[in-house]
Amino acid sequence: MADYEPWNEDRAQAVIANHAAIEGAALPVLHALQAVFGCVPLDAEPLVAAALNISRAEVHGIVTFYHDFRRKVPGRHVLRVCRAEACQSVGADAVGAHVRAALAVDWHETSADGAVTLEPVFCLGLCASGPAALLDGKPVGRLNVARVDRMLETLS
Amino acid sequence: MTRIFVPRDVAALAVGADDVAAALVGHADIVRTGSRGLFWLEPMIEVETPEGRIAYGPVEASDIPRLLADGLLTGTAQHRRLGIPEQIPFLARQTRLTFARCGIVDPLSLDDYRTHGGLEGLEKARALGPVATVETVLASGLRGRGGAGFPTGIKWKTTAEAKGARKFIVCNADEGDSGTFADRMLLEGDPFSLIEGMIIAGLAVGATKGYVYTRSEYPHGIATFDQALTIARQAGILGPEFDIEQRVGAGAYVCGEETALLESLEGRRGQVRAKPPLPAHKGLFGCPTVINNLVTLATVPCILRDGAAKYQAIGMGRSRGTMPIQLAGNIRHGGLFEAGFGITLGDLVNDIGGGTLSGEPIRAVQVGGPLGAYFPPSMFDTPFDYEAFAAKDGLIGHGGVVVFDDTVDMARQARFAMEFCVVESCGKCTPCRIGSVRGVETVDKILAGQNVDANLELLRDLCHTMKFGSLCALGGFIPYPVLSAMNYFPEDFRPAQRLAAE
Repeated sequence: MADYEPWNEDRAQAVIANHAAIEGAALPVLHALQAVFGCVPLDAEPLVAAALNISRAEVHGIVTFYHDFRRKVPGRHVLRVCRAEACQSVGADAVGAHVRAALAVDWHETSADGAVTLEPVFCLGLCASGPAALLDGKPVGRLNVARVDRMLETLS
Repeated sequence: MTRIFVPRDVAALAVGADDVAAALVGHADIVRTGSRGLFWLEPMIEVETPEGRIAYGPVEASDIPRLLADGLLTGTAQHRRLGIPEQIPFLARQTRLTFARCGIVDPLSLDDYRTHGGLEGLEKARALGPVATVETVLASGLRGRGGAGFPTGIKWKTTAEAKGARKFIVCNADEGDSGTFADRMLLEGDPFSLIEGMIIAGLAVGATKGYVYTRSEYPHGIATFDQALTIARQAGILGPEFDIEQRVGAGAYVCGEETALLESLEGRRGQVRAKPPLPAHKGLFGCPTVINNLVTLATVPCILRDGAAKYQAIGMGRSRGTMPIQLAGNIRHGGLFEAGFGITLGDLVNDIGGGTLSGEPIRAVQVGGPLGAYFPPSMFDTPFDYEAFAAKDGLIGHGGVVVFDDTVDMARQARFAMEFCVVESCGKCTPCRIGSVRGVETVDKILAGQNVDANLELLRDLCHTMKFGSLCALGGFIPYPVLSAMNYFPEDFRPAQRLAAE
């Protein structure tokens, strides 16, 4: 479970400055912002643009191109469930449907109590151990409906 | 104390390896290793005995007290005992060159790495000099293991001969294909082999900087590789002469395409570049760049160490050496199977893989990731070889083999291929960006029973346009799974027959 800092422009400037000097800094800068704030809010875009000497439109284009960058702070837990073929072959569609129903969310949404954000992922490299997921960065294999329920019970 | 080896590969962690390690604390010296790649036996632990290592698996933390009481530390406990790992048929039948150390060594121990033949390839390369190093790689017949199968030596030669103020070695560790985990296993289980391969590449072409572009979906691999970089720097293996930086992707599948990867490394959207210019001439930051898959680079050290002839002697046709094949999906014995090219698909999934995990008959096998064709059992005589798969409108790609049992709906899989392309298209070329959206719509119409014949024809036509009109392999190869599903499983595209069958 990650503890994110509330948005703060000065803090963001410092985070950006830590990475802005390297060649091709955009992704490292955005990853660093997301690690601190849990997302890359719109307010961050002009700051990144100024630091990297590119237009705000370009920054917006980069942030929105990559699936990893969130625009909103996630829930207290992030559950990334694999939806790719190898996991499909052992029941990932049913697992995905069950998780969505259990949390009453669709992909990319956060449960009403703010506990869990559900994100789809296309392959975790656990393709002989599926259906697979990452819960707060921790790998989980051989998921089925019962295991999903047990896993979700532990989250608050 | 007795040493016990417990894997730290995520495929072992996903089924409780950390709990097993915790249960062993105080009873043995625990060494965390990569995985041997026998995933159905994970967590598979190995006890060091005077007779060699004895494997146990799959082991749960709750098994440990009983195992300890029964003689785990001497390798005599019988519960879950697998015996000498190298004698397990799945391992005994392999030719492990690239994965020789994976699952055996502590991935962050340079001593282990040296003891198991590490850094000897680099010494050879230094003695040979750049030109002879490139010649060795060329003579080995090594081709790009990322999927395209381009001869590695030619890439290196082109980059070596190109003029540039700076040159780069870029490792493509954006292993996005479902059914593949070879790059991940090496990052987690033998990271120094990649470092050594990249240093050799740098020496061969005159580059002083390397980048490893790792996908963000591999947090454990990223962490292990960063630690390995620090250790290599402290030991003076990396330094001013050649250093490596790891960069992390951000969830875009298309960044596994080499020019999109370079764009992403430069800090832009991962949009594909038109070729020419080739990356070997104008790659990263406009400089001559060798960009190779992780497995390719990690294979270079053993080629230099053992000589090109030994590697070249393995394989079939123009596919030389070994391929780390990844058996995945609905398969009983899933894992990493490194073998010389030429083994048939049927042998792989039935004989070695043991058929489906569910016990139902195999209906289809997708080889080469989301862009690979679905093969029915009637094509199981196809040998694992770049040309043999291409001749049957398929591809071996990065070596992923995903098995589906007879519950699979191939029209759904065709729809998924198009849907995946919608989500992952970089948007640069129209056939991929728009074609995939139209593809999903057309499959939906077929599934709904609307003008089925006309829509099947339209889908075929659309695939033709995407195949020949797309800028890169994403739009260009997505037709493979779609057309193979239509050609070999036509009954799934006939809703009337589907209803009758249900």
